[in-house]
Amino acid sequence: MRHPIDRRSFLRIAGLSLGAGALYRVAPALAAGPGGRDTARRLARANGEGVTPFSFVQLSDTHVGFRGPPNPTGTLAFERAVEVVNGLREQPELVLFTGDLTHDAEGRAERLARMRRFQQLASGLRAKARHAVPGEHDAAIDGGALYREVFGETSYAFDHRGVHFVALDNVSRPKPEIGAERLAWLRQDLARYPVTAPIVVFTHRPLFDLKPEWEWFTRDGAEAMKLLAPYENVTVLYGHIHREHVHQEPNGRHVAARSLIFAFPDPAAAAEKKPAPFDPQRPFRNLGPRLLHAGPGASSRTLALGMEEVELTLREHSGTEGFQQLLRPSTLEG
Amino acid sequence: MTTTGWRWARAAAAAALLAFGGGASAAGRVIEVKAKRFEFSPAELRLKLGEPVTLRVTSADVTHGFYQKELGIDAEIEPGRATEVALTPTRAGRFTLICDHFCGAGHGNMRLVLVVE
Ligand SMILES: [Cu+2]
Repeated sequence: MRHPIDRRSFLRIAGLSLGAGALYRVAPALAAGPGGRDTARRLARANGEGVTPFSFVQLSDTHVGFRGPPNPTGTLAFERAVEVVNGLREQPELVLFTGDLTHDAEGRAERLARMRRFQQLASGLRAKARHAVPGEHDAAIDGGALYREVFGETSYAFDHRGVHFVALDNVSRPKPEIGAERLAWLRQDLARYPVTAPIVVFTHRPLFDLKPEWEWFTRDGAEAMKLLAPYENVTVLYGHIHREHVHQEPNGRHVAARSLIFAFPDPAAAAEKKPAPFDPQRPFRNLGPRLLHAGPGASSRTLALGMEEVELTLREHSGTEGFQQLLRPSTLEG
Repeated sequence: MTTTGWRWARAAAAAALLAFGGGASAAGRVIEVKAKRFEFSPAELRLKLGEPVTLRVTSADVTHGFYQKELGIDAEIEPGRATEVALTPTRAGRFTLICDHFCGAGHGNMRLVLVVE
């Protein structure tokens, strides 16, 4: 059966940098033209749950508890990010945190206090569906034990409006890796979905070799991407590198959000991995909302300049019947 | 700092060669590297293009990683025993080797620069 629709557009996830994270719009074309609405109806008929438009926000690397020369303002950028997200006309349905929620400390009591403080600040978000993965600062010191007590599992998956979200922990082992056990879990999880399912993986470290010398990689990231390779619509969101970055691979697009504590330089241009120095004139430069210290009348302009369209165009629909099997366990297939 | 580190390495290498019975080993010059939270010493090593060397790495405290992807170095440094890493640099340049086994809060800055010339 032929679908009289623009297949390329209906599965689009469009990302917009807020300066405070990134806002993604999923499948806006579904609501747009008659073709999109037709697709939406068809998918809903086939699945029970079709892909319907929504938006979500990614925030990253809040490092609650960090105090130091590259950022003497502590959690201020995080607090402003919460305000910016709360001020969005279209409220996101989900907020994803891609790790390093807290900065590490040696003592358990201090680590716990930082995690609680993170929760307190995050609870200011109007969007109540919040999901996180740990960063190595949250989890590496004890294999993720305290993180699990406070936030729950470090790897998990859920579905939202026909999109499959996978939280993938690549930080709680001593090495920068996912590990065989978790890869086996990922394989099982993905097996329930048809290759056309839109999949968003969120993780902390990049799953590709961005800059191994700066520990910007995951030793077995390629293994995860191999498991994801059959899927046509894969987007990986990550943090860790404290800067925006988009990387296209044949089987998925990788997008990093900025940090809310301090920025790292471009590895192609900088000899060393050193945080960008703090500029008291522009405390949130390359970080959170840039508009805070903008002059009268300048804030909207500053914000507009800070927005950068990150198009996450998903791969073309394969032409199979689509999403019939979506959200159904593989045992029910065929 | 760099020069001191280099001299230190050279002295250590000489000592190691003696310990290995005159350095007859096929792996060439032996260079001692110490790992401890959160640094390698020396922090920089100068190597010659094409010259085989053995890095003899020990830990003074916990398990550390020893990782440099481009040069194919990937070792685990456990306390209590020396780990030998044989290496013949085939490319000139500066290569940053990192500890990739989490060893504490300063782990992210634990590195060793290998200068191949
Ligand atoms: Cu270490």
